[in-house]
Amino acid sequence: MTERRPVGLEVRSEVVLPTNVAPEDANLVADFTPNLIDVGEHHLCPGCGEPIAIRAVMDAIAVLGLADKSMAVFGIGCSTAFSNNLDVEVLQALHGRAPSVATGVIRMRPELAVFTIQGDGDMGNEGLQEVLHAAARGENIVCIMLNNGVFGETGGHLTVTTTIGQRTKNTIEGRDADKHGHPMRIAELIAQIDGVGYVARGAVNDAGNVARTKRMVVEAFASQQAGNGLSFVEILTMCPTGWFIPTEDAPDYLAETIAGTHAVGVLRQEQSEQ
Amino acid sequence: MNAKSASGIVVRGTVVIDVEACKGCDLCIEACHPDVLAMTTDMTNTRGYRYPELLVGCTGCRACADVCPDFCFQVFRFNEPKTWTSEGGLQ
Repeated sequence: MTERRPVGLEVRSEVVLPTNVAPEDANLVADFTPNLIDVGEHHLCPGCGEPIAIRAVMDAIAVLGLADKSMAVFGIGCSTAFSNNLDVEVLQALHGRAPSVATGVIRMRPELAVFTIQGDGDMGNEGLQEVLHAAARGENIVCIMLNNGVFGETGGHLTVTTTIGQRTKNTIEGRDADKHGHPMRIAELIAQIDGVGYVARGAVNDAGNVARTKRMVVEAFASQQAGNGLSFVEILTMCPTGWFIPTEDAPDYLAETIAGTHAVGVLRQEQSEQ
Repeated sequence: MNAKSASGIVVRGTVVIDVEACKGCDLCIEACHPDVLAMTTDMTNTRGYRYPELLVGCTGCRACADVCPDFCFQVFRFNEPKTWTSEGGLQ
């Protein structure tokens, strides 16, 4: 029996239970890594939201039973750390070009579930035209954008989605519209394009939003499988390193500073004609 | 808050924690609805990070596993709920 921290106002046991062996009289409800992530170890910073988002995406693929026919196209960014860890086929694209590479794949192999994983800097700054034109052409792919408002991998500067007031390395007092311009809402931009089947924005700042985001990704892949055209899911993720805040404050910072501009929800859902 | 019965604290689940994989980000502490995860204050893993420990009252809700960026949690739900008392421990 050990006391490890001050006890708050609520009634709390101070007993620390053993957590090094699996119990015998219990069912496993969540494993360390989902089936489609081979290696859980990665070099991303403490408190990063991207592994949580990628877990949600891989869980959604497993739910739909698409593991054997799915192919991921990774852009360049922190999320590229996972391009070697997944138990699905992976292609590596150049900066911002993932939707174009995915276009090539889906045109040659239309039966596949092709999806891209990009950050907001990759998709929004380096290759916005790629995803917009892929959407307008109605390419039958799923595009996932992990949005933290920061170029995490290349130094921490602001991106096109950085919200007003958000801290990054070169907006350390918060983004100011007079100095730094206004943020773009990529999901809304894509939702207005004909040829798009499904557009939604999720977040991973708490367990409820993770579950909701997982359902959005399931819907996106279901729409892709129904042949409704491009599906787009933007996932708001935490970057405490890029925001210069403690890791435990990042979920609330996301809810207060970023979700106000980038509202979570389903923006477009086309019904299949079948 | 822990679910309490007349005879003690109800424990419906438990977790196995991969302490060495933890980077001490505290996200699980915020996510835990029954508030039964606590970061160590006096111990770290071999990489120097504090890590979470399990107190009595887990419900097996898997919120910790869903929000952990480093995949540190394996969540179990007991076949039959157990009761923890200060005299008899977990039974």
